[in-house]
Amino acid sequence: MSQTGEEAVSESSTIEQAVRVETKRQPLPPRERLEQIFDIQDLTAIYGSKPALKNVSMEVYKNLVTAIIGPSGCGKSTFIRCFNRMNDLVPGFRQTGTIRYRGQDIGGKEIDPVAVRRVIGMVFQRPNPFPKSIYDNVAWGLRVLGMKDNMSDRVERALTQAALWDEVRDRLKSSALGLSGGQQQRLCIARAIAVEPDVVLMDEPASALDPIATQKIEQLLHELKNEYSFVIVTHNMQQAARVADMTAFFSISRGGEGERWGELIEYDETEKIFTAPSDKRTEDYVTGRFG
Amino acid sequence: MSAADVSVLQRPHDRLRRRRAVNRGMEALAWLAAALAVLTLGIVVWSVASRGASALSFDFLTKPMAPIGFVSPHQGLVNAFIGTFILVGLATLMALPFGILIAIYVNEYAPKSIRNVVTLTLDVLAGVPAIVIGFFVYGLIVVAHGQSAYAGAFALAVLMLPLVGRSTMEVLALVPDSLREAALGVGAPRWRTTLGVVLPQTIGGVLTGAVLAVARVAGETAPLLFTCSLVGIGTTWDPSKPVMSVPLAIYELTDSPEPADHARAWAAALVLLIFILVVSLTARWLATRSRRKIAQATR
Repeated sequence: MSQTGEEAVSESSTIEQAVRVETKRQPLPPRERLEQIFDIQDLTAIYGSKPALKNVSMEVYKNLVTAIIGPSGCGKSTFIRCFNRMNDLVPGFRQTGTIRYRGQDIGGKEIDPVAVRRVIGMVFQRPNPFPKSIYDNVAWGLRVLGMKDNMSDRVERALTQAALWDEVRDRLKSSALGLSGGQQQRLCIARAIAVEPDVVLMDEPASALDPIATQKIEQLLHELKNEYSFVIVTHNMQQAARVADMTAFFSISRGGEGERWGELIEYDETEKIFTAPSDKRTEDYVTGRFG
Repeated sequence: MSAADVSVLQRPHDRLRRRRAVNRGMEALAWLAAALAVLTLGIVVWSVASRGASALSFDFLTKPMAPIGFVSPHQGLVNAFIGTFILVGLATLMALPFGILIAIYVNEYAPKSIRNVVTLTLDVLAGVPAIVIGFFVYGLIVVAHGQSAYAGAFALAVLMLPLVGRSTMEVLALVPDSLREAALGVGAPRWRTTLGVVLPQTIGGVLTGAVLAVARVAGETAPLLFTCSLVGIGTTWDPSKPVMSVPLAIYELTDSPEPADHARAWAAALVLLIFILVVSLTARWLATRSRRKIAQATR
């Protein structure tokens, strides 16, 4: 259960056979023709007095899977949590720079983080279903957001999209905590997409799962990206290579006096990041010489 | 360590022997301390039960008190039982919602600085002697409005508040943040998250705290002396008048010159003891249940 990414990477030569996902990647159209949903400029994130991220600028495009990779402590999670104001929950957190979501700066005080999270959903590292029934897990968000018409249809649709419907259709009323880890995570995905968000953020969604469950989640991303845009943090490079259209590589930079912070090193099409990176640090990381 | 050193394993040398002796001595002391605690409770229960059981009867539980010193074989303490029920019930109604709200505010909303201040305040309030609280309520309510079950219940509620508040804070802190994140992540506002996801996890724990607080204040005499003690012998359900209560009855009965009254005081103490025992066991049971529930959610 608690298999770490490092182990997963080192065992990849044997696991790879079992989890191979069809990745018939169509070439991306040129970037000017892609629709931007996020435009991040000079984002710096600070916990207390320690910077976790400095000067990140990048764009995220619609209906693509964008992967954030990098070594532990490079600020990947901090970064993705800026997208839906999840860092607001952390005392002492502040950020500078701008994150524009479809042109609107969502980092400001005047923006309601609850409204942001309604359009930008999230799936977390560890499956965290509510201790309620399977049905209620998906329906709770719908109720909270007032999407009460055709409730059971919406629940069924979300569970079907998350490839869980066939496994749970006969026990919708039983507790979600009785599901396996992989099923729980797909339930969390169903919960996130049931409220019809625009973007789904995923913070290492498969790191607590076994290879088969991981494969199912990755397959889901392929099937769902026509409807949603995904930003996924992973420290499993194979996973990024399999699922992502665009990949951003973050690394740790060090200053004087033991200061260290995360930085965006390179952001490009996944193909390019893994085959012809333009930065030496990216190359070292993806070839396994570092990290 | 080289191979030759294995001789150490066979021949206990002095240091090892002394260490073992100290260990055994300390273990014995710890065992003795634990045994003393159990023994004390045993002695209390035994002395109360052996002296009170004889006066315990159906009449005792169903008939009201006779005047102090006035001996009648067919008298009981039902007015005190009813009074304690009213006092503790009212006190719970006052303290429980406030205690839970305080805990929710402190745990879910307050910044750390305020959290520390409120926590400390509750801890200090829990340490204030009960008689002081009784006197405070005397000045606050009784001087202007006279004694009543309301005043007595208010004094008991002040005693209950920190107990309920702190125990609720503790169970709220056990609810994993991942659950809060899950709820906030689908776009739920804070209050919806607290009411719909966090609080349902803690109901068992909150009840445990409430039940323990009930057990604690049911036996309190001091806060009632100034606030709810000038009582006649009749049975009353009216909370705007002072009511008799079990601890007060025990206090008054032990003052009586009549040995039969002493026996009834013991019997009243026995009833109170049994009540507290039952309530504490219920609290334990509730606590285990809620811990299991939370453990399931965190798995």
